[in-house]
Amino acid sequence: MSRRNGVGYLAAFAVIGITVVPLLFVILGGFRTTAQINRAPAGLPGPWVWDNYLEVLGSAQFWRLLGNSALIAVIATTLAVGFGSMAAFALSRYAFRGREAFYTLFTLGLLFPLGVATLPLYLWLRQLGLLENPLGVAIPEAAFSLPITIVILRPFMNAIPAELEDAALLDGTAKLGFFWRILLPLSRPALATVSVLAFVSSWNFFLLPLLVFNDSTNFTLPLGVAMFQSEHSQDTAKILAFTALSMIPALTFFVLAERRMVGGLTGSVKG
Amino acid sequence: MSTATSARPLTAPSSHAPRAGGTPRRSRTRTRLELALLLAPGLVLFVGFVLVPIGVAAFYSLYSWNGFGPLTEFVGLDNYVDAFSGEVFRGAIGHNLIIATLTVVVQLPLSIGLALLLNRRLRGRTFLRMVVFAPYVLSEAVTAVIWLLMLQPGGFVDQVLRGAGLGWAVQQWLADPKIVLYTLFVVITWKYIGFGVILLLAGLQGIPAELREAAALDGASSWQVTRHVVLPLLGPTIRVWIFLAVIGSLQLFDLVWIMTLGGPANASTTMATYLIDHGFKRYEFGFGSAVAVILFIICFTFALLYQRFALRRDTDGALTRAVN
Repeated sequence: MSRRNGVGYLAAFAVIGITVVPLLFVILGGFRTTAQINRAPAGLPGPWVWDNYLEVLGSAQFWRLLGNSALIAVIATTLAVGFGSMAAFALSRYAFRGREAFYTLFTLGLLFPLGVATLPLYLWLRQLGLLENPLGVAIPEAAFSLPITIVILRPFMNAIPAELEDAALLDGTAKLGFFWRILLPLSRPALATVSVLAFVSSWNFFLLPLLVFNDSTNFTLPLGVAMFQSEHSQDTAKILAFTALSMIPALTFFVLAERRMVGGLTGSVKG
Repeated sequence: MSTATSARPLTAPSSHAPRAGGTPRRSRTRTRLELALLLAPGLVLFVGFVLVPIGVAAFYSLYSWNGFGPLTEFVGLDNYVDAFSGEVFRGAIGHNLIIATLTVVVQLPLSIGLALLLNRRLRGRTFLRMVVFAPYVLSEAVTAVIWLLMLQPGGFVDQVLRGAGLGWAVQQWLADPKIVLYTLFVVITWKYIGFGVILLLAGLQGIPAELREAAALDGASSWQVTRHVVLPLLGPTIRVWIFLAVIGSLQLFDLVWIMTLGGPANASTTMATYLIDHGFKRYEFGFGSAVAVILFIICFTFALLYQRFALRRDTDGALTRAVN
């Protein structure tokens, strides 16, 4: 047993190295000058330089990108989870003809890559006058998050005992009141999971904002990172600082939500 | 996945709950109204921004169109013929297939190994999990920029290799047409391995400890327990992962676009980068739409076949259960 654990620790060590080294390269690189990096790409900061980080943090550009990303992600998540939970409620706790057909329609969405739809989506958004508009990114993102939201929420809502509903209805609560006051609060773990999924996918999304936004003041963080990299290609240290800072929100969010995500998935993808 | 679901009856609480007050007719009208209210927003969003654009793409693909002005030049299936007769696009399909194959062959054993490792009682296991998942939450853009810088000629990777006495292995990682695809695959693996591990860990936690203990009591070695008890029970999760990984590989875009733009000399072009390149950079909206439809058909065919032959095999597959 101890030999096996020895091998385990060795493997763990290798995994940590491979995963963490690129992240450390970025974070530590931000504390060096470009000259230092060019001289020894794999070296440590010496002396430590704070200018790169301070400059990025002091730039309006960085904060604007962050704000744009946050705004879009919040709108997309709200729409996807709001509309998704309403649809999941209808599809799980009402009996009506065509219910499975509706559900199938939504699950089809799991197969549609956004990439396939982007060309016509772009034209459609142009027609709606949503280009250069945060809604032009947030609404389609919400639409593409709907299927997974419904697929995760429906079984969860389905599993909530019918007795609870009967009791609420007997007490004179309307069905919608049951949804709002009892079912939604009870579904909180599943709601957390789908919110995380919708938020993270919106936060990281690249292709759609790339097409919708031409004006760099509207850019989201991923677009900004790519743009910064090509604009400052001579200033490696600054790119590294910029990239390091733009990793922070996603990583923080992830640290807060990690337990939830694994927990939520355990429920839905049980083997 | 949906068809498998429909076979399973759902409990319908509303049907046996006696309603307080109101004639049946009025309550039926009311139920219809509620349903409309609940379903309409999601449906409008979904149909308007997912289904319609895809349908419209199929329509545009029959025209030669630059995206402006009316559709006048009907060309039938010419765009499709053009796409398939172009070497670059055929190459792109090939690249997607190579990435998909490599993903399954290399990432799957790696993810299983890591998941088994992380499921063990190691010290610092929680920390390890965090570390493995971290790259998965980073955006593709951040990942691409990180690796772009590390892979610069004479950059971090080259220096580390030289320092380790492996100077002969240094390559033009992103500039050599023979190597670029494999370099990208390494980056893809770094980025997405955490996802497989998350899924498999969730699957592992669903396996009752009693099963392993029983096998161990019967004298099975830990390898035998893993091979004959754990892996088969992990089967559904593995099949779901393969499905998602292949679909993901077929749609690969962001990383490639930022790191190489499909170059050098189209050596890393994927179907999606080809689509965006032609549709948006060259304003060939009709042709780009045809490529989009092809990409969609490939994904859809794979999904159907996979559903039919791999996921259906175990009637209680993970996806079926996830959907239920």
